Amino acid sequence: MIVANGKPLEEIIAAVKDRQKILVAGCNECVTVCEVGGTKEVGILASALRLHFLNQGIKAEVGETTLQRQCDREYLVQARETVEPYDIVVSIACGVGCQFMAEEFSTQPVVPGVDTMFMGGALERGVWSERCQGCGTCLLAKTGGICPVSRCAKRVLNGPCGGSTKGKCEISKDVDCAWQLIIDRLKALGRLDDYETLMPIKDWSTDRAGGPRKRIKEEVAS
Amino acid sequence: MSQNTPSKLEKMLKAGHQAVTSECGPPRGSDPEAIKEKAQLIKDHVDAINITDNQTSVTRLCSLASCIHLKLAGLEPILQMVTRDRNRIALQSDILGAASFDIHNLLCLSGDHQSFGDCAQGQNVHDLDSMQLIQTVRHMRDEGKFLGGDEIKRPPRMFVGAAANPFADPYEIRVPRLAKKVAAGVEFIQTQCIFNLDKFEQWLNEARDRGLLEKVYILAGLTPLKSAGMAKYMKNRVPGMDVPDEVVQRIAGVPKEKQAEEGIQMCIESIQRLKGVDGVHGFHIMAIEWEEKVPEIVESAGLYPRPKLD
Repeated sequence: MIVANGKPLEEIIAAVKDRQKILVAGCNECVTVCEVGGTKEVGILASALRLHFLNQGIKAEVGETTLQRQCDREYLVQARETVEPYDIVVSIACGVGCQFMAEEFSTQPVVPGVDTMFMGGALERGVWSERCQGCGTCLLAKTGGICPVSRCAKRVLNGPCGGSTKGKCEISKDVDCAWQLIIDRLKALGRLDDYETLMPIKDWSTDRAGGPRKRIKEEVAS
Repeated sequence: MSQNTPSKLEKMLKAGHQAVTSECGPPRGSDPEAIKEKAQLIKDHVDAINITDNQTSVTRLCSLASCIHLKLAGLEPILQMVTRDRNRIALQSDILGAASFDIHNLLCLSGDHQSFGDCAQGQNVHDLDSMQLIQTVRHMRDEGKFLGGDEIKRPPRMFVGAAANPFADPYEIRVPRLAKKVAAGVEFIQTQCIFNLDKFEQWLNEARDRGLLEKVYILAGLTPLKSAGMAKYMKNRVPGMDVPDEVVQRIAGVPKEKQAEEGIQMCIESIQRLKGVDGVHGFHIMAIEWEEKVPEIVESAGLYPRPKLD
């Protein structure tokens, strides 16, 4: 899923000040699962904004909505009647949802209420960890199912670097060394000999480096 | 053995001599005198001088310009190049820039993470890793071609080195990792600072068993300790460093004002022990901000005068 983190309330307040009608818009997908942008968080943020305006003696209306998917035009079109009466939308979907919202409602300001962080999963309740950076050319078959691009601080393809200590990365004792994990995994798979295969220079043109990416599935695209 | 490059370091090693290298860190400013002065202090006692590339990710005068200053002063620089700050365009371009000044030694590194330095908010590049940089420079030199396939007019002629850390984790891939660098085309290795000599020799034995020592020249990396405090810092705080308790105890066991002298003595003893070890082809002395001690260490370890080459 796409994992995000809530922005500080002060930053959101600064973005919506001087507006009378504010809509907080959540999303039922990833941000609901990572507990930052679903119906529940829409309610919490809207209440916090109302409380702020009340304390400041400001007359403002704060509405709430949660779309099935903000990154899907089908649902944005359906939300038109809900969205249009408002002066500004605070999207607490990921950066994709926020942008799709802004593209659909081109004359209304749309501001983000979360910082989108990474593609990852939950390690346990309340703890999420990065697993993929969408480089466009998956290497996992060669690295025992552990990604050096997203999980090594230097995205070293022939690691580990000299900074690996007791299974941890040189940047922090809280970060696992990806290459220690890869080696442990190759060993568990009885494939440690594969370690000695040199990983060739990577084609990063399928990554962010190649410019904004688009995928077209010919048989369904119109 | 035939020479691949005009490198003086390569010549020294292929003539069967024990090579001595040392390193200088560039200044945090644009005055070139600092680096020239450091180099002058050690030039008669070493065969080549590494210039570090923004070590510990702290911004400094660049390694390439520093190497040029040394080259113009008639010295033999080893250009350290990290993959942290440059993509493949810049790496190849800097290799050609160095080659245009007839800099004949390159040390390929990945570099410390930028979070250690003065630009912790910066990006890192790592378009290539250190092994791929080794492959790149060998490709440029041996095939005379860029990575993109075009021909290079006057290809670089560089003796290609890398670092190896016999002490980093996980230990089981330390020798396979050396094998991988050899397969990538590395010709000489400068090791991480050796304080645990037994473990270093164990690593060397395993490398020898795999036939690696016939394919690569190993320069043992040594750092004189200045104080018990430095020994403890390196033991506890520097990633990938193995400083045994007896080393800390020995330097801590002498009065504070004698600790620097003891550290030098320990470094000399290490060189004397390793000089006789099969597969050790020389020494890389990293006297951190203590370059003036290099001549004393080299002389006392019996590595002076340096052999003259034709």
